[in-house]
Amino acid sequence: MDFAFLYETLLTILPGVPLTLKLAVGSALLGLVLALILALMRLSGVKPLEWVARLYVFVLRGTPLLVQIFLIYYGLGQFPAVRHSLLWPFLREPVWCAVLALTLNTAAYGSEIIRGGLLSIPGGQIEAARACGMSRFLLFRRIVLPLAIRQALPAYGNEFISMVKATSLASIITLMEITGLAAKLISETYRAIEVFIVAGAIYLAINFVLTRIILFAEYRLTPHLRERPGGVPSIDDRLDPAAAAAEGLPGGKVH
Amino acid sequence: MKIAKFLAAALLGLSMAGAAHADEKKWTKINIATEGAFRPWNYTNADGSLGGFEVDLYKDLCARMKVECTMTAQPFDSLIPALNAGKFDAIIAGMSATPKREQVISFSVPYGTTGQTFATLKDSDLAKMPDKGEVFSLATNEAGAAAEVEKLKPLLKGKVIGVQTASIAETWLNKYLKDTVEIREYKTTEEHDLDLLAGRIDLTIASMAYLSTAAAKPGNEDMVVVGPRFQGGMLGRGSSVGMRKGDTELKAMFDKAIGEAQADGTIKKLSAKYFGFDVTPR
Amino acid sequence: MNRPGFIELMGFGEHGWGATMLHAALITLAVAICGFLVGAVIGVFAAWAKVQGGPVLRRIADAYTTVLRGIPDLLVIYLFYFGGSSVLSTLGHLFGQSGFIGIPGFLAGALAVGVASGAHHTEVFRGAYAAVPKGEIEAAMAIGMSRPLRFRRIIAPLTLRTAIPALGNVWQLVLKESALVSVTGVVELLRQAQIGSGSTRQPFDFFLAAGILYLVISTISGWIMSRAERHYSRGMRRA
Repeated sequence: MDFAFLYETLLTILPGVPLTLKLAVGSALLGLVLALILALMRLSGVKPLEWVARLYVFVLRGTPLLVQIFLIYYGLGQFPAVRHSLLWPFLREPVWCAVLALTLNTAAYGSEIIRGGLLSIPGGQIEAARACGMSRFLLFRRIVLPLAIRQALPAYGNEFISMVKATSLASIITLMEITGLAAKLISETYRAIEVFIVAGAIYLAINFVLTRIILFAEYRLTPHLRERPGGVPSIDDRLDPAAAAAEGLPGGKVH
Repeated sequence: MKIAKFLAAALLGLSMAGAAHADEKKWTKINIATEGAFRPWNYTNADGSLGGFEVDLYKDLCARMKVECTMTAQPFDSLIPALNAGKFDAIIAGMSATPKREQVISFSVPYGTTGQTFATLKDSDLAKMPDKGEVFSLATNEAGAAAEVEKLKPLLKGKVIGVQTASIAETWLNKYLKDTVEIREYKTTEEHDLDLLAGRIDLTIASMAYLSTAAAKPGNEDMVVVGPRFQGGMLGRGSSVGMRKGDTELKAMFDKAIGEAQADGTIKKLSAKYFGFDVTPR
Repeated sequence: MNRPGFIELMGFGEHGWGATMLHAALITLAVAICGFLVGAVIGVFAAWAKVQGGPVLRRIADAYTTVLRGIPDLLVIYLFYFGGSSVLSTLGHLFGQSGFIGIPGFLAGALAVGVASGAHHTEVFRGAYAAVPKGEIEAAMAIGMSRPLRFRRIIAPLTLRTAIPALGNVWQLVLKESALVSVTGVVELLRQAQIGSGSTRQPFDFFLAAGILYLVISTISGWIMSRAERHYSRGMRRA
């Protein structure tokens, strides 16, 4: 194999890493906020809010991300009203269009994950908090949200990884992130396999680090599932995981 | 062990990619690739069929060569890899013969030249770019062309220019204006037109033929062709038929047919129909 | 300038793109179905390698799923499209074939989508196999069924039955992934929408139409999948 070329390829593609990370982090965070809002709308019990959230998730999950990107980037530019609006300084920039599309897309998937997390909270926990006289907000902040996050984290971790992969589509709207630079290099050198190996390795490295971070967060959030120092098992450890799941306890699986 | 062998074979493939393996065969059927999105050279109609200067031209050339031809559309940046991978035998896609491309494929004699120029919006301050239509050849007067670029630099400073990826205009931009303008690369020329009209970019650069037809299309009333025309040298000899290196017999056939079409005025007639000006190479 | 409205543009009149778009939707369906089948075949083998294979096979299957879950599918498509033909040609030479072996865009696309989705298929089949009650297999052994018979009569049907809901999800994923094949020039739904918007300067209408067609396909296929799920889970205890 031509190592000199691989090295050259690496040097050409590495400058795309910051943009990939910016897109991934930006849209993952914004998407998380939107996902939470959507999940709360779904569970609000207010019918119109519920329908809006349902329709949103249905449309965004039922169409390819690439179509959504094109619709936002090229589609909205078609209308003079949009081009003369206050939003145009944002929509004019391909970066913001990409962030917007990725955010809207991940929020649809994320809201389902969060909804699952919220639904998994055992009724007993909420009743106990009410019995202690917690206000609605306090109950949400102290009990519901932490439990939901803990439950949703593994699935949301996968969503973060999908997000990193999805940033590659930004290359289609002129953004020179990792895949954009790789595609350009392929069309200049016609050496698809080498370029693929280098670009693929960079993505794998990013996702490897991301996976570690998520595992660490999971570890920190589930102290009750860890072995106690001195080998005294916690109450949950003594529970059979299947029984724990049946009772709706959040820690059904032992890591 | 079998897997190791397979991998070795796959890796071997890397070094072989792009190499020519033409067998001496009698050409009876030629598969031609085009882009189908490069007016007026080639485009796709609403019913999915192909049309344009090159579509008429290839039919004429194939009749002269007495071979059966098919034409299919492919994205522009995949044309050369697809040719070398054997998906097609020839490229007729408004592709200019450039030294860089000639490293990987071979070209026939040119069948059309138009030069590269700019387009912008009517109300842009770039609409008054000087030397409109003046031709600067990188082949015969490189110093003059370079001086012209220097003259344009103050006007272009900080502007955003849209260009098609892996096109000759992109190579030219990167050589002459890389530090002056912001370059945005698009997969198709039609995409940079959409962005020019939307106001995301200030200027596009593409062939004169493409831009003048694009500006004449309904919906593009705000688009105007501006500035000088650059051609020759790194911008190529003109649009030519691309073939695999080693298909020398095919090249000879195309060269002869293009020569005939040029001599009897077919190219002139077709360019009047599609371009509105004569693109016959001189 | 007078732009035609959405209905007129997507209609079936003289200047309508309706028929062209519907045809492109069929191509999308074809790419997705081929990709799904390729992925399923890969998935079965990789799942088998993970469950029953030796250390080498298991490692290869693990590497495959790890790599494919970590890199963008768009890159996989570029690899197959640009790199596939040269590898095939070289292999052809080793077996005494001369000349080129080209992959048409459609095949490259379907293969790439298949390889990318095969990682999901693998996990689905592995999970479903793990859910087959050991007692059933032991019972089959006890009455003296041979290995192939056991696989055909007991393991395969039980695995498939458990796998159907998850396979439905993979199918939806593959359908959306098929849009990426547009970069190879296969005129499927998205590419057709790009061509149309380039020619008419009405990108919003075309991408909207494409989006609606994707929704229709995914809704109908989702409905079929849930019917299949109900059909094949007859006699299964609802959890």
